Amino acid sequence: MTGKSVLTAYATRLGDNALILGQRMIELVAGSPELEEELANANFALDYIGQARMFYTYAGECEGEGRSEDDFAFLRPEHEYQNLLLVEQPNGHFGDAIVRQVLFESWYLALLEVLTRCSDEGISDIAARAVKEVRYHLRHSSQWLVRLGDGTDESHARVQQSLNDLWKFTGEMFMPDDLDDAMRSAHNGPHLEVLETQWRADVAAIVAEATLELPGDQWMVSGGKQGRHTEHFGFLLAEMQYMQRTFPGATW
Amino acid sequence: MTKQEWPLYEVFIRSKSGLSHRHAGSVHAADDDMALNNARDTYTRRNEGVSIWVVRSDSIVASDPAESSAFFEPAEDKIYRHPTFYDIPDEVDNL
Repeated sequence: MTGKSVLTAYATRLGDNALILGQRMIELVAGSPELEEELANANFALDYIGQARMFYTYAGECEGEGRSEDDFAFLRPEHEYQNLLLVEQPNGHFGDAIVRQVLFESWYLALLEVLTRCSDEGISDIAARAVKEVRYHLRHSSQWLVRLGDGTDESHARVQQSLNDLWKFTGEMFMPDDLDDAMRSAHNGPHLEVLETQWRADVAAIVAEATLELPGDQWMVSGGKQGRHTEHFGFLLAEMQYMQRTFPGATW
Repeated sequence: MTKQEWPLYEVFIRSKSGLSHRHAGSVHAADDDMALNNARDTYTRRNEGVSIWVVRSDSIVASDPAESSAFFEPAEDKIYRHPTFYDIPDEVDNL
């Protein structure tokens, strides 16, 4: 893997995480418990879709074969998406969604901070814009985790269960593959083991403030980065891609 | 089952440096941090502000509309209290 193909693949992967999480959050639109939370969630979803657009557009430029952001978003099959399994997990109840956001966003924020200093200007520019959005998202989601964890007995028990259920998807965030290694050596990309140390400390602090227990070491599910997804993913993609598949080239 | 509402907060936004905070509206929130977040997400999505204040609505002491004549009307007929005899230079905005 060399030069531009590393950047194409890496930008696509970053776009996949942003797009799929954004799509999951859009599923929550019109279903939030409060009007203000509704606005916040829709804002955040659009932030992620916006990031996906920038990453895909840049991937298309690096590739140089004329693929647009829409081609990346709507016209790829399931196994070509390389998003983390965590972001494709169903919304579940409010606490499930909040735990998913905290676990992902604390990783994503640390990743973006490193990417703002990477040697590729295209990636670092997008990361610099995204990092501000995600820093606010994490503020919002981690405060909610504290409220739920340190709330009533029921909210505490339910959000602890959410944490236990989603923990097994956090391992692959720190398992480098060839693309991570290439990005690191060629463009000063993230060192995932260093990132893990920071992430564990950040998450442990939030979880402690929420009076929750960190789940212990356990078997971790992986495969998202290799295009092997959980069974939920096909349904998400079917809904998201429906219009372009049914009416190819449709615009409005 | 009746739904319990979160407390109401009043939101004040400063649109740019040098101006004062102005009342923008109100939000519901369960605590102060949430009120600040909700105010940000509700009222500054289109780049409207550089600073936000939120305050619990029930912490605001307000004048009574029934007493407005006693409060405000005595000032109306005292023209000498108003600095209307000065020319304001064009360069001065926001006065």
